Amino acid sequence: MSELTRDERAESEELLHRALAGARLPRWGIAAAAVGAIALAIILNLTTSVAGVAGTVVVAVLLFLAIQTTWSFRVEGRRHAVDRLATTAVYATFIVALAPLVAVLATVIVKGMSVISSTFLTTSMRNISPRSEGGGLYHALIGTLQQVGIAAMFGVPLGILTAIYLVEYAPFAKSRRLSRAISFFVDVMTGVPSVVVGLFIFTAFVLTLGMERSGFTASLALTILMLPVVVRSTEEMLRIVPRELREASYALGIPKWRTILKIVLPTALGGIVTGAMLAIARVAGETAPLLLTTFLSQSINTNPFKGPQAALPTFIWDQFTSATDASVNRAWGGALVLIVLVMVLYGAAKIIARYTGVKRG
Amino acid sequence: MSTQIEHPATPSPTVGIEGSAVRRGDRVFQGLSRTAGIFILVTMAAIAAFLIWKAIPSLQANTANFFTTSEWFPDQKPSVFGIAALTFGTLMTALIAMILAVPVGIGIALFIAHYAPPRLASVLGFVTDLLAAVPSIIFGMWGLQFLTPQMEGLGKWLNDYLGFIPLFRNDSGQYSKSILIASVVLAIMVLPTVSAISREVFVQVPRAHIEAALALGATRWEMVRLSVFPFARPGMISASMLGLGRALGETIAVALILSASYTINWQISEPGGNTFAANIALRWNEAGDVGLSALVASGLVLFVITLVVNMAARLIIARRSEFSGAN
Repeated sequence: MSELTRDERAESEELLHRALAGARLPRWGIAAAAVGAIALAIILNLTTSVAGVAGTVVVAVLLFLAIQTTWSFRVEGRRHAVDRLATTAVYATFIVALAPLVAVLATVIVKGMSVISSTFLTTSMRNISPRSEGGGLYHALIGTLQQVGIAAMFGVPLGILTAIYLVEYAPFAKSRRLSRAISFFVDVMTGVPSVVVGLFIFTAFVLTLGMERSGFTASLALTILMLPVVVRSTEEMLRIVPRELREASYALGIPKWRTILKIVLPTALGGIVTGAMLAIARVAGETAPLLLTTFLSQSINTNPFKGPQAALPTFIWDQFTSATDASVNRAWGGALVLIVLVMVLYGAAKIIARYTGVKRG
Repeated sequence: MSTQIEHPATPSPTVGIEGSAVRRGDRVFQGLSRTAGIFILVTMAAIAAFLIWKAIPSLQANTANFFTTSEWFPDQKPSVFGIAALTFGTLMTALIAMILAVPVGIGIALFIAHYAPPRLASVLGFVTDLLAAVPSIIFGMWGLQFLTPQMEGLGKWLNDYLGFIPLFRNDSGQYSKSILIASVVLAIMVLPTVSAISREVFVQVPRAHIEAALALGATRWEMVRLSVFPFARPGMISASMLGLGRALGETIAVALILSASYTINWQISEPGGNTFAANIALRWNEAGDVGLSALVASGLVLFVITLVVNMAARLIIARRSEFSGAN
């Protein structure tokens, strides 16, 4: 046995495999089918009415499927032909999903980069008409940071407290009805459309309580939108804190609330911070509730409680719907800033999650 | 010295400290956290209550049937408005979006969970999550400026070759601002929802089921059909319904792509169509008192529809409460 060379061994293994698994396509089969399909599609493109990049790609994919399936059907039989078809379909769905992401990011980066400048980032739209060039989104950046900041100030503690109730207290309550209801409606709340939340804040706080539309009413809407996300992610983190840690703390006579504050929360901190950041990233780009609960301002307003205040999403909406060349360009610049903001939050959250996860005991 | 030993609060048999020996700090902290939980229930109730209350004035002023009228002139005297066209547009866009997104979303989830090499899989999971992080207004702008010209070819093709089906016929010769384009954008936007939740269920399929199928000589696809799909079916259904909920309520992307029109047009590649959410965003600033109230009324209908869809989805996976759209 040991005298066999590597090639011979590989060959004998392949023979054995073939005997067990039946005839298979050669390894280069898929590549050959792909090359053949592409070549044929190009020929069809040049000679017949198949035209355009998209059309040719579609034809090539269909040809590839046809070649591969017939070949596999004849050599390997029906079951393997179906398997190959399914594999190709699964791979294809992934490319289909990747294409729009790449297209969106590319469009935003290409169109946005041409607008971004230090003026764009540090000036407002005060005294600049939609038609003229110049101006910037400084006022919107301030608004977004303040509104999202206030929303996080309310939403994160409320969400964490709710999660603490669900994980730490509810299992020992006399009736599980309340915690079941809370848990269920937290889930349902994630599905409430953001525009409906905007309507609620408008009807409750502006129409009924008579508050003026300001950055603050916007942040109330954002609070409601981020709450369920914070609750769910915190809950998940608290649940994986090892039971032994809590029990060790109880055994030392430490009261439950101190155990939660000093042992459970610090252990789960990384995950909780990640969840909160994802929630913030998610609401930072919300447009609809802001349109309903604020008036847009073109100049800097650093007071979220008084007067109109811009935010990045409403700035983009306003510039884009003004529909002049200059303003649409500014909208794309705003889109780039917004997407960078969201992605930085998102990436940071993922990095924190990677390095601070709860270590199972 | 031996008489006064302070015992720590004795844990009850259930490990919790619930019981007679609860300290004040505990009571305060438990009260706080419980209040936070109740606050969520109160918020949900308040959303329903305020929408109903503020919708009533317009519904009383309305001289037309709210459910069967298509026009939207709430601020006229007499006030005439209804949600027929909005309902049609909302359901149509969401339905087409789901037809496009569900197979692709499940395919992505399958790819990440069972086809891609593990190292690649985590990267790919991150990439699809990124798709979820792109704000909807950016999808709207992209849909209008980038996707619309690309979709013209598809619209023409559908009209030329499948035009005998009324759905695909296009008599106007214009292909922008259509329900079809809005649906494609919506489909892209709900993809992460569908795929993330399906993926969570797919990776929980017991290893033994998978290996049993493979050991019996199943091909990979047969393994998926025999062990993955049966296990994951409830999860897949609820993933689709949560995606549907998102598609129904999406506002800004649709508002940018569609223009506010109030006709029921079955020819989906023609300009036209409107949805509840988009209509609210588009009509908000020009609405008078009755107009605002009418928009609140339409928002109430949207709220009820999404609530029903979401609750149904949650009940289907009630036994698997760990699958949630929020994480």
